[in-house]
Amino acid sequence: MTDQNGAETLEPSVSERADALCDSAIAGDRRALARLLTAVENRTPLAEATMRRLYPLAGRAQLIGITGPPGAGKSTLVAALIAELGHAGRPVAVVAVDPSSPITGGAVLGDRVRMQSYATDDGVFIRSMASRGHSGGLSSATTAAAAVFDAVGFDIVLIETVGTGQSEVEVAAAADTTVVVEAPDMGDEIQAIKAGLLEVADIIVVNKGDRPGAHRTAGQLAAMLADSPRETRPGRPAPKHPDVLVTTAATGDGVAELLAAIDRHRVTARGTHGRASRLRRAEAQVWAVLVDRLHDRARSIEAAPVAAALLDGVAAHELDPYAAADRLLDLMAGGGADTDQAKA
Amino acid sequence: MTDRPLKVLIAKPGLDGHDRGAKVLARGLRDEGFEVVYTGLRQTPEMIVTAALQEDVDVVGLSILSGAHLTLVPRVCALLRDKGMADVLVTAGGIIPDEDVPALKEAGVAAVFGPGTTIAQVADFLRANSRPRD
Repeated sequence: MTDQNGAETLEPSVSERADALCDSAIAGDRRALARLLTAVENRTPLAEATMRRLYPLAGRAQLIGITGPPGAGKSTLVAALIAELGHAGRPVAVVAVDPSSPITGGAVLGDRVRMQSYATDDGVFIRSMASRGHSGGLSSATTAAAAVFDAVGFDIVLIETVGTGQSEVEVAAAADTTVVVEAPDMGDEIQAIKAGLLEVADIIVVNKGDRPGAHRTAGQLAAMLADSPRETRPGRPAPKHPDVLVTTAATGDGVAELLAAIDRHRVTARGTHGRASRLRRAEAQVWAVLVDRLHDRARSIEAAPVAAALLDGVAAHELDPYAAADRLLDLMAGGGADTDQAKA
Repeated sequence: MTDRPLKVLIAKPGLDGHDRGAKVLARGLRDEGFEVVYTGLRQTPEMIVTAALQEDVDVVGLSILSGAHLTLVPRVCALLRDKGMADVLVTAGGIIPDEDVPALKEAGVAAVFGPGTTIAQVADFLRANSRPRD
């Protein structure tokens, strides 16, 4: 697709375009940065060339996941953190994920409403993303988008998940520091010992601290978590001992303390503890790309006549779904839809 | 490569507090399969254009009921051009007298949707007129 002696040399190649955009984005061009994020989000050909170029530059920023149930105040807390970082002159990028409709694929991305007053500040860049069918609280491109921000020089990247239930813990693999935001009186001590979200928290925040019950909730959480085992069992990750803080994001109360806790955690995350989490992130990223690629290849086979024949067979109960899937896997391994027609 | 949803920014410039229409439209376009970034009330043209840039949207939809459209809308269009985003489709809606429509189109607005416009009409227009990008 590049130069040599073709007529299409007038069009810059994909990697040339990616390089030009990356250079501009690194030099501070926000429009170029926005285009790169779009490429990564849409998995266009530009995205791969971009990641090839930018990934070696990333790995310096602190990626901070902000997660918790809908309405706990994640977006407001992110806005308060942007303000706090702004006072200290620290630039910050935000990736805010909201859910896509499983029915139409559409989405209302509303996290920005709380953050808009800071959007025009120098050193602030906010990007909303729809989850696009990805479960787990993020979109499949969230980690890549964070890496782009990291590579172009943002030192802090806040990743706000969709409003989560109890088990969307994917953000813990995507972030260096995971902040779980809860609202007061969301449950008793039993909630604190259930498996899931609280297990992956590096910092727990009880937001809406001006509501009755906020300090009681924080006290209960801290008491239950204080009983977590201290020793590491072989083959298992070390149990976390999160700080429990109370904030009122709407007024900014407690937000300076939260930022201080985040900064402290950054130091911890640099140690051996951090190596494990970076490895987990690498695994999650490679796995996500692998699954995407397999999915694309499966799609290309879907259209082949042999696939239709297999589906007919399963629909008629002449073939079981496992056998049909195995046949399709064999075809995928054999290189795609072209070779199948002969066999069909 | 993958056919992705169109991304639309719905913004309310100026000082009126009537965001019902903007919210109905945001939700309606969601149901039409669009990704809608909603920015809330009382946005300056600068805030709107910064959001459009950071979000890399295909469409900016401005909802305005205060009567200040002849000031605010051309300002948004001019700022978009300044930032190299002349390819972003700009539409306006709300209470806009017919006699003001030519001036808005002159300023760069692709369509003005008045009361009575259906969501389907808006969605069809955006699909037909926004410039496909990669």
